Amino acid sequence: MLQHTVSLSKQDWSLHRKGPIDQARHNQKVKEAIKRNLADIVSEESIITSDGSKVVKIPIRSLDLPHFRYDTRRNQQPGQGTGGSKVGDVIGQSGDPQGQGPGKGPGAGEMPGIDYYEAEITIDELAALVFEDLGLPNLEDKGKAEVVSPDVRFNEIRKHGPMSNLDKRRTLLENLRRNARDGHAVVGGVQNDDLRFKTWVEDVRQETNAVVIAMRDVSGSMGEFEKYITRSFYFWMVRFLRTKYDHVQIVFITHHTEAKEVDEDAFFNLGESGGTKVSSAYQLALDIVNDRYPPALWNIYPFHFSDGDNWGEVDNQRCLDIVRQLLTMCNIFGYGEIQEGGRRSISTLMSAFQHIDDPKFLGVTITSKEDVFPALRRFFSTREAVPA
Amino acid sequence: MNTQELAELERAMGQCWDIAQRFGIDPFPTHFDVVPATIMYEFGAYGLPGRFSHWTHGRAYQQIKTMYDYGLSRIYELVINANPAYAFLLENNSVLQNKLVVAHVLGHSDFFKHNAYFAPTSRQMLETVGVHAERLRRYEYEHGPEKVEEFLDAVLSIQEHIDPFPDMRRKENAAPDKPQKPHETAYDDLFYLGSEKRPEPAPVSRKNPPEPEKDLLLFIAANARELEDWQRDAIHMVHDEQLYFVPQMQTKIMNEGWAAYWHLRILRELDLTQDEYVQFAELHANVLAPSKRSINPYYVGLKIWEDIERRWDAPTAEEREKLGRRGGEGKAKIFEVRAQENDASFIRNYLTKDLVEELDLYLYKQENGKWVIVEKDWEKIRDMLVRSMTNFGQPYIVVEDGDYNRNHELYLRHCYEGQDLDVDYAERTLRYVYRLWGRTVHLETVMDDKQVVLTYDGDRARTRVGEAVKS
Repeated sequence: MLQHTVSLSKQDWSLHRKGPIDQARHNQKVKEAIKRNLADIVSEESIITSDGSKVVKIPIRSLDLPHFRYDTRRNQQPGQGTGGSKVGDVIGQSGDPQGQGPGKGPGAGEMPGIDYYEAEITIDELAALVFEDLGLPNLEDKGKAEVVSPDVRFNEIRKHGPMSNLDKRRTLLENLRRNARDGHAVVGGVQNDDLRFKTWVEDVRQETNAVVIAMRDVSGSMGEFEKYITRSFYFWMVRFLRTKYDHVQIVFITHHTEAKEVDEDAFFNLGESGGTKVSSAYQLALDIVNDRYPPALWNIYPFHFSDGDNWGEVDNQRCLDIVRQLLTMCNIFGYGEIQEGGRRSISTLMSAFQHIDDPKFLGVTITSKEDVFPALRRFFSTREAVPA
Repeated sequence: MNTQELAELERAMGQCWDIAQRFGIDPFPTHFDVVPATIMYEFGAYGLPGRFSHWTHGRAYQQIKTMYDYGLSRIYELVINANPAYAFLLENNSVLQNKLVVAHVLGHSDFFKHNAYFAPTSRQMLETVGVHAERLRRYEYEHGPEKVEEFLDAVLSIQEHIDPFPDMRRKENAAPDKPQKPHETAYDDLFYLGSEKRPEPAPVSRKNPPEPEKDLLLFIAANARELEDWQRDAIHMVHDEQLYFVPQMQTKIMNEGWAAYWHLRILRELDLTQDEYVQFAELHANVLAPSKRSINPYYVGLKIWEDIERRWDAPTAEEREKLGRRGGEGKAKIFEVRAQENDASFIRNYLTKDLVEELDLYLYKQENGKWVIVEKDWEKIRDMLVRSMTNFGQPYIVVEDGDYNRNHELYLRHCYEGQDLDVDYAERTLRYVYRLWGRTVHLETVMDDKQVVLTYDGDRARTRVGEAVKS
């Protein structure tokens, strides 16, 4: 009788996969949304100041399905106390001091009804998206034999090997397993049979030699914005070169009226002042190339970021001469001129460079944060190959 | 749950059913399935098992699952309004927890069966959504998954705008129609031959829709010019599935309160060990915990039901005299309310001053980065609650004109009742409406006491601010 009214069953649901499949589609859309917004994300301050392993949260508002709804921020909402609440009681922080306009970024979940999606992604994953189809342009095979470098990777486990390569964790596990087979699941009495060793394979890759010369203007005329843009461009460039190429060398040069070669830390953190003589940096780059990186063996990529405020026409002319020399040896020469808000003064370096009609010269003007990403894509696009 | 526990649960289920019968609640026959958490969360995210695939379901699934994995919240019960009803129990719940869920589900099932708002719902929706999913899969195969997804995005963005009771409204609207002249024949004009005053034929209204149409989905499916057959079909599918969900949205507080009311009473009748009783009390208290920034439907609903019962069981002298309540009618009254009301009327009719105080309800608002209580007046709280439940909490939007500007543009009107729309969302939704309609779309609403018309023409969004509206 009861069987006809209530019944109970338990089935095997292990093959049911609908939820995870649609979840995967959602995650894919998150990635697409991030890609669409890369220009904004790339110049995000919190990202370029963090180290690579860090997880950053990226709000993606375009990802929820909009519908007609009330503006919950302007309207009163019902809630419930535990007794004795009165007008004026504070029941929580909304995290949005202005209290105007939806979507101005309250903490996720704080707000009833505000539900934009916050994607979590590591900088490395982000970098992979940024550089997905980028590479060093005009890369040529030069002096391959010179740089065949054996890459050693520990990726196998064997029963024999030098004691120094003993894999202790696996050895203990083996020991525990053997003891457990005998009925005592304890660690102890390690025998030769338990020992496990890490062993390596030699991963021989043929690498092409390339050197990137990063030049940065640190003169007094470089304002906060100019420094910021330079830093974020070079942050991504360095990250890009390191993830994509094993053997690319990077030379860091800073300059005001004088140029000097610095290490990476100093390059990113230096803030000096003084006048500007760009030719000093170019001369130094030229010297370094002549000294250490013979063009016959190396692919050479000089980049320079500046506000374009150089010390007079004379020096501009000198720059032009040196750049012409460099162009004969390098694969591309990238120059980025940063002009906040697009102000244009005619006597900038960029106008001097207009006389260069070598396709290997790439000039980019950056007027806002959003231009960093297009600049990266222009400099490192391998698709629109520049004729040699 | 192991076999032994399942056997015990099955025994308790039989007892629950008998007790329920004795109390006079009358659920559909109910089948319970014991499922792992992932399946429970999947069904929770989709609303119904077997529903069509869409990334928004995937997102909901991920959110629910994350909450569960972090131990922040869990779904205890899921019951499908069908005949026989179909409910799910969590595999890793204790036997007691599942006993409570069974009792709770019987309450829901009784509500589904007897509440007037559920009367028109299809009780075969499980099968229907399966068929829909199958058809959409075929459309994906024929037209490409991206195309189908893009279109579904647009449909789902206005899925709330349907008309659950079209017949009711049509009848109201039909009433003032002029009676047709009797005996109108093709030869009538002969009577007026030679006479000067031949009556002008009544002007035929070509307006489409003739009256403002609440059901955006159906109107668009019937009148958008560029839609392909599969697209019209997809709109109808979403429409029909939404019809199924609407009564649940309209009766959230009543329904959960009703189920809580009965799980409490049924479990009190069960023969529980002391240990089980403590577990039961703890779980019950968890379910009823009030929430600072929203209304817990279980708690508020339960309290209102108990209050109704009390007031009709033992009316005051004044109520006896003025309202003719005889007393002792509590049970009869709650069964009557269960059959006839929805949340809006439930709150309007039965949330009293004493209850608002006892429940410590308030209204809050954002001020300077904080949520601050701004209202404790019981009538204002009640009215705000009723307003927020009208049209199940969605803005009431109608099609005013399907041929606006004589250009087949779509003119929507938000029937403003004091609450502004979220402009950003409205503008973005309008783009989706454009995707469906294929021509310029407009939305008239009120913002900051001014009439505003938002327009999207497929290329640009415009906002026209009109005159101030008297509030």
